[in-house]
Amino acid sequence: MIVDLTDTTAGAIAAALVQARHSAGVPAVGMVMTLVIVTDERDHYDALRAALDAAREHPSRILVTILRPGKMKERLDAEVRFLGDSGPGETVVMRMHGELADHAESVLVPLLLPDAPVVVWWPGHCPAVPAKDPVGALAQRRVTDAAATGDPVAELGRRSRGYHPGDTDLAWTRITQWRSLLAATLDQPFGPITGGSVSCEVGSPSAELLALWLETRLGTSIDRVVTDGPGITGVTLRSEAGDIAIARPDGRVAQLSRPGQPERQVALVQRETAETIAEEMRRLDPDDVYGEVVGKVTGVTEPTAVLPGQPDAASETSGAADAQ
Amino acid sequence: MTSPLPPALANPLRDPRDRRLPRVAGPCGMVIFGVTGDLARKKLMPAIYDLANRGLLPPGFALVGFARRDWADQDFMRVVHDSVKEHSRTDFREDVWANLAEGIRFVPGDFSDDDAFAKLRATIQELDDTRGTGGNHAFYLSVPPKFFPAVVRQLKEHGLAEGPGDAWRRVVIEKPFGHDLESAQELNRVVGEVFDSGSVFRIDHYLGKETVQNILALRFANELFEPIWNANYVDHVQITMAEDVGIGGRAGYYDGIGAARDVIQNHLLQLLALTAMEEPVSFDAAGVRIEKQKVLSAVRLPKDLAANTARGQYAAGWQGGVPVIGYLQEDGINASSTTETYAAVRLDIDTRRWAGVPFYLRTGKRLGRRVTEVAVVFKRAPHLPFEATATEELGQNALVIRVQPDEGLALRFGSKVPGTAMEVRDVTMDFAYGEAFTESSPEAYERLILDVLIGEAPLFPRHEEVEQSWRILDPVEDFWAAQGQPEQYPSGTWGPASAADMLARDGRTWRRP
Repeated sequence: MIVDLTDTTAGAIAAALVQARHSAGVPAVGMVMTLVIVTDERDHYDALRAALDAAREHPSRILVTILRPGKMKERLDAEVRFLGDSGPGETVVMRMHGELADHAESVLVPLLLPDAPVVVWWPGHCPAVPAKDPVGALAQRRVTDAAATGDPVAELGRRSRGYHPGDTDLAWTRITQWRSLLAATLDQPFGPITGGSVSCEVGSPSAELLALWLETRLGTSIDRVVTDGPGITGVTLRSEAGDIAIARPDGRVAQLSRPGQPERQVALVQRETAETIAEEMRRLDPDDVYGEVVGKVTGVTEPTAVLPGQPDAASETSGAADAQ
Repeated sequence: MTSPLPPALANPLRDPRDRRLPRVAGPCGMVIFGVTGDLARKKLMPAIYDLANRGLLPPGFALVGFARRDWADQDFMRVVHDSVKEHSRTDFREDVWANLAEGIRFVPGDFSDDDAFAKLRATIQELDDTRGTGGNHAFYLSVPPKFFPAVVRQLKEHGLAEGPGDAWRRVVIEKPFGHDLESAQELNRVVGEVFDSGSVFRIDHYLGKETVQNILALRFANELFEPIWNANYVDHVQITMAEDVGIGGRAGYYDGIGAARDVIQNHLLQLLALTAMEEPVSFDAAGVRIEKQKVLSAVRLPKDLAANTARGQYAAGWQGGVPVIGYLQEDGINASSTTETYAAVRLDIDTRRWAGVPFYLRTGKRLGRRVTEVAVVFKRAPHLPFEATATEELGQNALVIRVQPDEGLALRFGSKVPGTAMEVRDVTMDFAYGEAFTESSPEAYERLILDVLIGEAPLFPRHEEVEQSWRILDPVEDFWAAQGQPEQYPSGTWGPASAADMLARDGRTWRRP
């Protein structure tokens, strides 16, 4: 059942949710968190779909907040979807018109589940300092997505300057499988890593974070190599014994090679948004490792090498990013 | 960074704060004996695929099937493909399958066939060379226990029980771990001759379930429950594993074994141990095991076994709207069989925490519905400041940990019935964490297989625990052996009348789960 409430208030929405639960005869609330999605008319459909998928793992009250600032008189319209219509949990899609778009938190506060953690997700544009944003301040976890903006790498710089514990970015979440595979590779005894590279398509914030993570952890400089993609196409780690290389030219299957061992294949599929948002909802404490890595972002990243076969114009700038 | 580093240097990419990174097994492979069996097809191979799909298997993972079939690798691959497609929990992805399939091999042969084991050795060697499994292999004995001695001896004779250098070899065995104390010790001796105890993994898939692991989280991560988790507040504990099915095609296995050996010895006593144990000093394998062993060693059987145990056999009846036959009419069962299909037993735990708190364990086939749960039933409030009529319908508070199906937790307490009169009645608050908090609730076998490959053992019972549980159960089995025919109970009910009488003598009743 879907109930439309036009020109309404947060109180009326809360009442509709309670009413729905009573009429369904569900006395206990099994939802474990509130997920607030702050978005616009363009992005809300895909974001909600991903959130509903993630809610199968983390039953949540999902509050979709579509901001429509402008000159029109302030007004709140809501669409309340009840348990079972759209998966586990409850969903409210709200449109906040006019001046109300600047005061979304006043609508959200009465709708948060008592005590349960709050996650705010900006699938597109997000405030400069998420933790200081009135909506962001409600949450334990603030999820942004640099890749969804016009200039992802510059956006990563803004994320770095505006970072507060509890922030994460989906660009970081997308490389969990890469990081996991790399960590697993180094679980086997190996000499010190003396250098390496990350290859990716141009302007990938995930690749930048991956390179910075490797630099932080390995204490060596990592080159950035531009390829045609998709996404991150390879990582190489150099050591005295030879190179460990993971190549993923097609965004699906990677070849892992290391000296003295047969080449192996491993599935390394680019993940759907739903999977990444579910991963974010799994851990709600601050991600210190992300904080450390994003803190190293300069926002100005030039490729230190280009595709093999093209003039190697960038080799002198190698390591420039590390100097800062 | 330029100085040579010791080989034991910690992986610089691992950081305890970095909890996004999942536990991934190092390079390894698995050999499944009895790969054509139901368990292998319906659980093991799908679980391996699901692990691969979640990126938790090492690159180059190898799977070798061993069975008495005249198959080539391709035939086996087809079998794995079909069973994975039919039974896997996660979506079937061609990429993942293609990677897994490259490491699949089949070795045909008998357990007495030296050539077959020589071929197995060559196959493992070939996998180490081409897939980089590094000599690390787990042998999963998905075969009846009578074949264990033959298989482990062959593994030893063909030099398969020890890997080259630092490489590990592990052996995985499934219940039943013997049928009494003596046979359990014999089994342990046979396996122990070849593999050291840290390399033997006894799988009890119940222990891989989220809810079972959650018993520990519930008890030891909360301030709320532990203070009342003792004889001061707990009246008694009921641990139930009820099945709605009969023995199906398992007549050959089941007859002569019975419900107590099949279920109480392993599942229910493990649940009892987790429910009753003291807080371990740490949650590593040794810490948990010590506490489980301690509490099992304090378990005492009542003196009067006739009054404190019950057993039964299901008779023909109606179950869930379907007419079903009785145990004695099942195919392959002797009409005078004395094997029980229902068993209930009272146990006491001689510790300060549990003195005077009986633990009632019951299990059976063809019962009312399929459910496994641990119910901690609390004492009544010492004084009720209401009129007697107001609390007539008030029972005892209970905390119920539901292991399956629909894993979750229910709390039962009194609440005022809405209306002008004061009347208190039991209500249930139910939290289903089958959905909440889990990574879409991984199948228990996934968790356990991953633990075997990583080498983490907290969820696997050690032989000491197995022997403790036989020590508890053997006197009951001996007593029953002298009692003749078990009492019949109609299929679809909650067991024989003697089970109800057993609790009635203590002034209690079984919960209806």
